[in-house]
This record gives sequence, C-alpha cells and structure tokens, in this order.
Amino acid sequence: MSEEATLKTGRKQIRLAGFGGQGIVLSGMILGKAITIFEDGNAVMTQSYGPEARGGACSADVVISDERINYPRVTVPDVLVVMAEEAARTYGPNTADDAIVLVNERLVKTIPDKPGLTVYTIPATDIAEELGRAIVANIVMLGFITATADVVSYEAMKQAILDSIPAGTEELNLAAFQAGFDHGAIELMNEE
Amino acid sequence: MENRAVLTGTHFINGDIACAEGGLAAGCRFFAGYPITPATEVAERMARRLPQVGGIYIQMEDELASMAAICGASCSGARPMTSTSGPGFSLMMENIGLAAMLETPCVIANIQRAGPSTGLPTLVGQQDVMQARWGSHGDYEIIALSPESPQEAFELTIDAFNLAEKYRVPVILLSDEIIGHMTEKVVIPHPDEIEIVKRRSPNIGPKDYAPYYPDEDDIPPMSTAGDGYHIHATGLTHNEHGYPDISADAQERLVQRLVRKIRSNADRIVRTENLYLDDAEVVMVSYGCSGRTTREVVETARADGMKVGMVRLITVWPFAEQLIRELAEQSSVGAFVVVEINSGQIALEVERCAGGNAETVLAGLMGGRMFAPDELYKVVKEAVL
Repeated sequence: MSEEATLKTGRKQIRLAGFGGQGIVLSGMILGKAITIFEDGNAVMTQSYGPEARGGACSADVVISDERINYPRVTVPDVLVVMAEEAARTYGPNTADDAIVLVNERLVKTIPDKPGLTVYTIPATDIAEELGRAIVANIVMLGFITATADVVSYEAMKQAILDSIPAGTEELNLAAFQAGFDHGAIELMNEE
Repeated sequence: MENRAVLTGTHFINGDIACAEGGLAAGCRFFAGYPITPATEVAERMARRLPQVGGIYIQMEDELASMAAICGASCSGARPMTSTSGPGFSLMMENIGLAAMLETPCVIANIQRAGPSTGLPTLVGQQDVMQARWGSHGDYEIIALSPESPQEAFELTIDAFNLAEKYRVPVILLSDEIIGHMTEKVVIPHPDEIEIVKRRSPNIGPKDYAPYYPDEDDIPPMSTAGDGYHIHATGLTHNEHGYPDISADAQERLVQRLVRKIRSNADRIVRTENLYLDDAEVVMVSYGCSGRTTREVVETARADGMKVGMVRLITVWPFAEQLIRELAEQSSVGAFVVVEINSGQIALEVERCAGGNAETVLAGLMGGRMFAPDELYKVVKEAVL
C-alpha cells in the first residue's frame, strides 16, 4: 500500500464497532474527515444512536464513494473493524463475502472466520498501552486500516487525526497512528 | 472553535450542527429552546456558538415558552430560532399560531422522530408534515422546507430565515432524525456569498405608522420595538393598528391576507428537485431522508430501462401543486409513487392535485427506519407494470 492510495471507484462500506468509550464514533469522524476534507471525496457517517450505545456494543458506519452517496446506511460492510467481544458477536456475522475484518486481538475472542474473508488480528490495545495509554487503541486501528484496507491515503488520515484530537496529544496520537500503519505494512509484506 | 459567525470552509458535521450553523450564517443571534432528541445537537451547538458571536441562547422551561420567547425576540428585531422534535413540536403549536397571527418572522427546526406521542425518541419519522401545515388552530399559512442532507440543512436554514423575514411568517425547517444525525461534508461559503434578506422597515414616520397596514403585496412593514414606533401585538383578531377588532369584517380582512400573502406567492416560494420527468411513466415524489433512497432507486430504475422520474420536495409547504397537476396531465405519466415515513400525508396532496389523471401509490413506513433501496425498487417495479 503506497502512501498515495486513493479511493476506488464505487461505493465502499466500513463499519467500526466496539463498546461505548472506545472512541468508535471519533474513529468514524476521523475517517470521514480524511475522505471529505483532506481527499475531497464523499463520505457519510451514521451511527447506532440510543440508550444501547452506552457501554454496550456500538458502531460507527461510514460509506465512502467518489460519486454522490444517496443511501447513507451501511448494508453489508466491505471493511469491518471489531474492537471488543460484544461488538464481534453483534456485528461479526454480517459482512460482505470478501470483506476485510480487522480484529482487536486482546479484547475479541469470537473471530469471524467465514471463507472468503480476509481477517487480521491486531494487538491494538497492547500497542496503545506500550505507547502509554490504551485510549489510543482506536488510532492504532486507524493506522492499520490505512495500511491494509485501501480506502484512504496516509497523508489524509494523518491530517484528519491532527484535526480531531485535543491539543497536546498530537505526539501520542501520531505515534499510535504510525505504529498501527507500520504494523499493517508488515502484515501485508508477510502475506506477499 | 473559532469565534466567527460564518465558518467558511469544508466541514464534516451532522445535519443538526449544520442547521445551527445555517442559522448563525443567516444572522440568527437569539435562540430559545428546550433540548429534545433528536434535535438536541441544534440547541447544544447554539448554546456554545451564540455567546461567541455576541448572541443570546436561553434554555427555556418548555417548548411553549420557547416559542413565545422567539415571537417576542422577533418583535425586538432579532432573527430568532428554536429547535425541537415531535412532542415539543406539539407543545409549540399554540404559539406557532401566535407567530402567524402577529406575523413575527421566526424559524422553527423540527428534527422529526417517529410518533405519535413520545414514540421512538431516537429514530426517524416524517409524520409531522400535516402538523407543520395545520397544527395550530385557526386558518393560516406557513412555509416548511425539508433538507435531504447536512449541506441542505445548512442552506435551507438560511433560506428559512430569509423567507420568514420576507413574508413575515414562521418558517419550519422540517428535517428528520436521519438527516439530523447523519454526518457528511458541508461546504460553508464566504459571508459575501450568503444572501441575507431583511424584513421591510416602515418608510414613514412613527405618527403615520400602523403596524398591520400592508403594502400592496399584503406584507406590512415591520418596526422594531424601541425605535419609537407604536406597536400593539395581540393574538386577537386585530385591525391595521394592531388593536383588537372582534368582528367578522376584521377577521375576513386579516385572515384572508395571512393566507393570501403566501398562496399568491407560492410559485415564487416553491422549490423542487426534478429528475427524468420528460418521459416518465412513474413519478416518485419524496422529501427529506426518503428523497435519498428515492434518488438511488430512480437512478437504478433508469439504468434498468424503466421510465421513472423523481420530484423531491424542497419546500414541503406551500405544496408544489402546479407541478403535480402538470405531471398528472402529462400523457406519459401513469402513476405517482409517494415515498414518506408516515401513513400517507404528502400522498394525500399528490392524490388531490393529480385529480384522477394519474394513480397515486403510497410507499409508506411507520417510522424507526428509512427505506432501503431494494425494497423501494420492488414497489417501483410493480408501479411500472
């Protein structure tokens, strides 16, 4: 995956899932910003909204396209990210047949394993803890998505992260992004 | 966040925030409201932003008071706004009638959720369409605009203020939960590129001024409280001086004018997005979030060789009567399919305007979700056959 990677033609559906407090919605916001503001593409984010979103499984859905997006909902994700066990059980069974599934290794036991899926298990929470704070596991995962899922460029994602985080946390968040990206790049090299 | 009223640039924000930013860009500096899902983000954004730009945000005790406060603010020259959803919209009805009677320009954003009653607080509905039109007692006309995206929520909120000021009428931004909570690209232009229409001021001195004496176009110039002009505002039927006149004559004169000032300008106010109508056999009519699925289905149907067109209502009220009449009489058109999240509100209007010249089919949901393209495609396929 080169750093110049841009949008593929057509619609791509991405579902980020975890539990409330893991920064799932923020991740969706960052991805959407990267596409719309820093790449001039189209993206729509919708999210599960309601009392069930607090503490339980929650998701942020992002539809990406280089054309106008009419229907805003994700139907079957082309990319599914599961950050926690409950999210894996809730959202794991529903993906495109050839989806890329990114799994947060430590917090997920139920790993989707349908034939045709490309599944990566990533120690996102462990990497985040090594960097100092588990809270940036979502940013690690964004780095990994950038490297493996072919939906957004490195530079756009980096800009979108910087645009979205509290002042004073740039170093930590960029380190998390880079660590996730590098981890993804190594996974891809190992495959080849 | 920046302390500018107009956040020129490209943003990734939801429809509620875009609505609030549209209000600020339109010159709104007074907001009185009571937070309610799924409209809370409008109030939240205003609570944060208005103090930054020298405006006033008041969280009122309820929606009755919110509506009363914006009527009062309007009399004092403000371009005021409130936001709400179903149950709060019901509570605003009494004073929406007051705003119509006082002819106080104001904007009410209703981010529709599914009802009746408290219904589905977090989930979509489009069931307040008739309520927006007829919800307060008595006879009056309002304007209602329905956005299909955060970008349009921004733009139509500006239009809502301008129409309110131009026609001295409450204007309702009839959004919905899907649009309110959907995050998408919103491009905010430079302030110089944003048209601001201001209410007509009196061009005569205070001595000769009568607050409800209309110009030729039925719209009375409006003075600002404190400018030295005499004002008397009452919900009672009033004469041109604003004083109660409890007579059939005064009622006839006043209410006829309130209705006429909108109806006679309907062709100037009505806006629609029209797609593939020239040879359409089936015309899909929709608005708000339902308009998005409808466009997707129309594009798919066209690609599959079906002669399907679309009318998306940007102004829900006044209704696009003329266009629907003409389409019903167009020889190619056999049927209208009305797509809305209710049991048939705009469908009634379409049926009325079609006048038996084309069939009207309702594709309705009762709320909680929007139509998915595949299920709507099936409805269209049946209509074409």
